[in-house]
Amino acid sequence: MSTEKKKKFLQGNEACIEGALYAGCRFYAGYPITPSTEVMELMALSLPKVGGKFIQMEDEIGSICAAIGGALAGEKAMTGTSGPGFSLKQEALGWACMTEVPLVIVNVMRSGPSTGYPTGPSQSDVMQTKWGSHGDKPTITLVPASVQELFYETIRAFNLSEKYRTPVIVLFDEVIGHMREAITIPEPGEVEVLERRKPTCPPEDYRPYAIQNGEVAPLAPFGEGYRFHVTGLYHAEDGFPTANQQYIHDTGMRLVNKVEHNQDDICENEELFLDDAEVVVFAYGVSSKSAKFAVKELRAGGVKAGLLRPKTIWPFPSNALDKVVAAGNVKKIIVPEMNLGQIYGEVQKVVAGRCEVQGIFRVDTEPIHPKQIMSAVLGHQVEPTVIPDEVLIERPMDG
Amino acid sequence: MGEAAKKEWRIEIDARLCKGCEICAHFCPTKTLEIKGITMSVRDLSTCIGCQLCDIRCPDFAIQVFPK
Amino acid sequence: MTTQVTARTVPYKEKKPFDYSPFLRKGKLPHIWCAGCGHGIVLKSLLRAVDATGIAKDDLAMVSGIGCSSRTPGYVDFNTMHTLHGRATAFATGLKLAKPRLKVIVATGDGDAMAIGGNHFIHACRRNMDMLILVYNNYIYGMTSGQASPTTPEEKISTTSRYGSIEPAFDICELAKTAGATFVARGTAYHAQELEKTLYEGLMHRGTAVIDILDSCPTYYGRFNKYKNVAEMMDKIEKDGTVSVAQAAKLSPEKLEGKQLRGILHRSERLEYCDGYKNLVDRVTG
Repeated sequence: MSTEKKKKFLQGNEACIEGALYAGCRFYAGYPITPSTEVMELMALSLPKVGGKFIQMEDEIGSICAAIGGALAGEKAMTGTSGPGFSLKQEALGWACMTEVPLVIVNVMRSGPSTGYPTGPSQSDVMQTKWGSHGDKPTITLVPASVQELFYETIRAFNLSEKYRTPVIVLFDEVIGHMREAITIPEPGEVEVLERRKPTCPPEDYRPYAIQNGEVAPLAPFGEGYRFHVTGLYHAEDGFPTANQQYIHDTGMRLVNKVEHNQDDICENEELFLDDAEVVVFAYGVSSKSAKFAVKELRAGGVKAGLLRPKTIWPFPSNALDKVVAAGNVKKIIVPEMNLGQIYGEVQKVVAGRCEVQGIFRVDTEPIHPKQIMSAVLGHQVEPTVIPDEVLIERPMDG
Repeated sequence: MGEAAKKEWRIEIDARLCKGCEICAHFCPTKTLEIKGITMSVRDLSTCIGCQLCDIRCPDFAIQVFPK
Repeated sequence: MTTQVTARTVPYKEKKPFDYSPFLRKGKLPHIWCAGCGHGIVLKSLLRAVDATGIAKDDLAMVSGIGCSSRTPGYVDFNTMHTLHGRATAFATGLKLAKPRLKVIVATGDGDAMAIGGNHFIHACRRNMDMLILVYNNYIYGMTSGQASPTTPEEKISTTSRYGSIEPAFDICELAKTAGATFVARGTAYHAQELEKTLYEGLMHRGTAVIDILDSCPTYYGRFNKYKNVAEMMDKIEKDGTVSVAQAAKLSPEKLEGKQLRGILHRSERLEYCDGYKNLVDRVTG
């Protein structure tokens, strides 16, 4: 193995594609939308070179449908979009959840509702990833906060989608998408890449939705001898529609619980100064960059502040948050978000009155400033200070 | 034509599949078929000429004509 | 390449009934379609045509959207997908591009393909990706109990055109041809044997093939529009309402008034999408 690692100076959107290709993504269908445009453009450039398939579809809906078609043919498939496009993809996202097709969807968030402010960052789609499609469905949403992390989390998104046979959403925003950072591309084999499980039974015994040891059966690619049926209707183990209410209940529960019951496997968090923290900032994505800076500043000034930064927002990391609150030191949790409190409400649910929860919300397309967070922690306005560059330019992957 | 007419046929109607839409009877050139209750039945097998039009237009996979 | 039907394994000339069972999934019949619905006739024609092509079941995929016609894949023993309303061609596009070896058949209806899926339909035609799109055209939304569709003729009654439709209907074949489909044909459930040949030609065509298949919905369209029974619908709409391309050549414009053409209406050669994509990959990597 080479000791000289491959360094690249990349935009977030580009790092996402590097991650996808590393994970073995060989199918992309998309539609142009700001600020995720580079994701599709880079796929159009890269995929033909590795024999992969790229297609620009006629609309957002068509692109997710085509990606699902590619996934059912056996490819690791991906589609990308931003807010309004993600709204359009919701029905097909639900179909992929119901039919248990592995798929990765990238959503580079922009300000909404509606066309909103296309070139400004936002964290407005957090709830949409969870509840945008009708019905209760399994949701895995990763929220990377740096360019390097975006690379790794995109690989993890493909791994999780294969492991749990479900769509995974990589959710970031215009800042992360367009920010440039120097990142390291690992050698092939250095980072674990999960391949799709394939059935080994004779085709006549294959039941695509059979459950063994709590896990759904492997998904056979179309055209390889396992002729089966896929439908968005509630279906039995053989894939055909069913009206059996017990089966409908069991399937509905299983789909959601395959994610919710595996929180400890799926959720990853970054924790900073939590041991004795009296004020904890719960922040994700772009807002966590400011939060991290604020917490470090406060610690330097002797304030017992800490950071809990989920890299996975769905399933909601309730276990990790509960552990922090249950320790008993925490008097206040601060939730900075570039929306009007989508995750703040989830934090409140877990905290359940055990300490104060305060939100910092911003929807003016400007990222939340560290001073806003510091002010909230201290309970008074922090005077403007010159922020040293070495703190703002975060060194990724160093904790 | 005379030769063909002498040939004998066996008509199989699957009552489990037949929905009694009467398409077969309507388009049978020799009026060999009729509805009885809610499914089709053979009125007079001797008139069948084995043209298979009933089979071809049956939407329900319910009727087939075999050489005897 | 397209050829004449020569590969029949069980020709009707021999007066032997066709054995549909190898192509059907066990235990799924009776199907959900109403008594007299033409969809079953179309399905049978399709299975005979598939048999004639000799394409292996493992190499066949059927993708459908939502509606009565879109229930077809559940009955056939191919690789099958029952997807979202209007989206069948988009799913099929992804599947075919990822695995060009598959012969992809799209089963869709007039509402599914022409209204909610209209955009996907025209772009599928434009790309000329190898797939056979079957539009089961019964001029109404059957699954939701009889609303007007983009092919409901003017003045006809549906639950959403109670006083007669005031909208002009789409001509599916003209639309497909204009959008770039390289094989465009029309058939009817009444002309089931002719339809079988048309389907065979469509299956053998390399590129986007669209077949507009007129069939009847006696439950809604028939009842609302005062047809006595399905046989009358088949006689008046499918038989008397159409003429074959060959017959039409001999008829005066007055005689052709109000009649739809049956048979292969358009056929052309153009680079198939997956072939084009392969060329691109060869160029980039070579």
